[in-house]
Amino acid sequence: MEILVQQLFNGLTIGSVYALVALGLTLVYGILHIPNFAHGALYMMGGYITLMMMVQYGLHYWLAILVSVIVVGLIGVLMERLVFYPLRHAPPIHDKIAAIGILLFLEAFAQFIWGADYQTMPTPYGQVVQLFGLTFTMQRLLIIIAAIAVMVLLYLFLKKTFTGASIIAMSQDRDGANLVGINTNRVAMLTFLISGGLAAIASSLAAPINLVFPGMGQLVILKAFVIIILGGMGSIPGAIIGGYILGFSESLGATYISNDYKDIIAFILLVVILSVKPTGLFAKGGH
Amino acid sequence: MAKIINKRFIIPVLILFAIVFPFVTQNDYFIHVMTLSFIWMIGVYGLNLLAGYTGYLSLAHAGFFAVGAYSLGLLTVKAQMNFWLAFVLALIITSVLGFLIGLIALRTKEHFFAIYTLCVGYILYLIIDKWDSLTEGVRGLIGIPAPGNIGPISFETPLSQYYLVLAILLVVILIIYRIVHSLTGRTYIAIRNSEDLAQTIGISTMKNKLEVFVLSTFFAGLSGALYASFIRFIGPDIGNIVITFDLLTYLLIGGIGTLSGPIVGTVLVVWISQQLQFLQDYRMLIFGPILTLLVIFYPRGIAGSIAGWNVKRAEKKIAKAQQDERFSQSPISAENQVKEG
Repeated sequence: MEILVQQLFNGLTIGSVYALVALGLTLVYGILHIPNFAHGALYMMGGYITLMMMVQYGLHYWLAILVSVIVVGLIGVLMERLVFYPLRHAPPIHDKIAAIGILLFLEAFAQFIWGADYQTMPTPYGQVVQLFGLTFTMQRLLIIIAAIAVMVLLYLFLKKTFTGASIIAMSQDRDGANLVGINTNRVAMLTFLISGGLAAIASSLAAPINLVFPGMGQLVILKAFVIIILGGMGSIPGAIIGGYILGFSESLGATYISNDYKDIIAFILLVVILSVKPTGLFAKGGH
Repeated sequence: MAKIINKRFIIPVLILFAIVFPFVTQNDYFIHVMTLSFIWMIGVYGLNLLAGYTGYLSLAHAGFFAVGAYSLGLLTVKAQMNFWLAFVLALIITSVLGFLIGLIALRTKEHFFAIYTLCVGYILYLIIDKWDSLTEGVRGLIGIPAPGNIGPISFETPLSQYYLVLAILLVVILIIYRIVHSLTGRTYIAIRNSEDLAQTIGISTMKNKLEVFVLSTFFAGLSGALYASFIRFIGPDIGNIVITFDLLTYLLIGGIGTLSGPIVGTVLVVWISQQLQFLQDYRMLIFGPILTLLVIFYPRGIAGSIAGWNVKRAEKKIAKAQQDERFSQSPISAENQVKEG
């Protein structure tokens, strides 16, 4: 029983990280209808920049995360301007290949600058906490709280502000949004900024309990794809729910099935879903 | 006129060059690199048939490559099977697996297909990596035999392996050429251009897509099996996504959806990579942006762009000739349409 509760808690932790990454991915998909394969590279860059800020410049953890969010967000904007914008009328296969090109570049870039070694990120929240008979580190608790806070903020931004509403309008109908006077270019850039920022937050939060290395984004991004297919491409609540579903099934699978194969669970889940329903669950007419 | 020179002339010259290449260089290392690029070419042709001609971007090809390689490796090393029997079995295993995966994967389209195959590729990789008792996991499989003798010919030396791979490659190119220029090939292109339209004119898209998927995995498996017998050591890394991206890079730089693209792209990139050995780990610093820029500015790669220029030049010539008649029609013959896709 205790193991079960402990594992549920772990599931909540990784689920939060997955949900943040999937949110960024689903926002971009909603706006531009491209599966951004380079999103995992943004996640990786976020981890490295936070690490660099902390180790080299001695910034505080939260300040380092802030810098990382801004930098990675700007990388996202740059990506949109330089690559996806020129490709907006190209056949869909081109976006995917271009995104893969960016992914390869950023991974090689990280390896070039920071080396291929696995690095640990120090955290000011390493202390162990006992709560309701559960033992966990402060960092894990922090991940959950911070992720939920970010999600609530994002929700408020999208629902309550004009800019947020323009993002939703554009995801519903790009031409329609353009007609009523929304600057679709600006919204697209903004979306990439948010998406990159979310990836940076996710990786900075998760890095202290995992490791930082050039390939750290690969598995996460694959799982994020699983999640947004699970929750419906472009759906925001879907990404959050999907993230937690995957988090729970992974942590439970690791305990009760096999730790070696825990990474496979997500993909088997996806293969099963797509086998039964080729356009994903809750798809609102795949694009 | 120019066309006759192109076709009748260049192909035999290229083949001749490939045949005399080992005698020209006399350098075992160069022969090794060339053999390796021939092996990759076979895989790239498989990917081209699916992504280039049919328009389905499969990201699982490294997985099938690894399945081909591991089937051969396990059958020869662990089951002590005769090489050529194992070789044929490896191809059958890969194709059957391709058939089963294709049955499900092809129900999805576009983005979903890319993501689905990405995940399938990752599952294949993870299985190879984690199934220690069968595949030896990260330690890899050592001591895979070189291709067995065919009658009196043995394939122990690098030179004989070079010719074996070259011969297989030529057969593969011939097969692809025949497919692309047949009604079947046109069917694939029709599916790429518009699947709905293809269905409307009575093409069974599912059957055709499955056919091309199996063929594509067959070539990936062939490439993998040759790789295993040539390098004689395989690790789970050959199933990694990185290999799929490598194949994609070769294909894109050469020209996706063209017949000569895989040759041009593979030879070029493999040789440049060899020249930039010191960059090995960082080669993607260069190839990543190239891949992206190519897609934006030259989406049809080198071969496709050259074909495009030729067509344009011919267009101008014809336009000039017909200026008086004020008659302009598309000079792209059906044959060319197929060639550049």
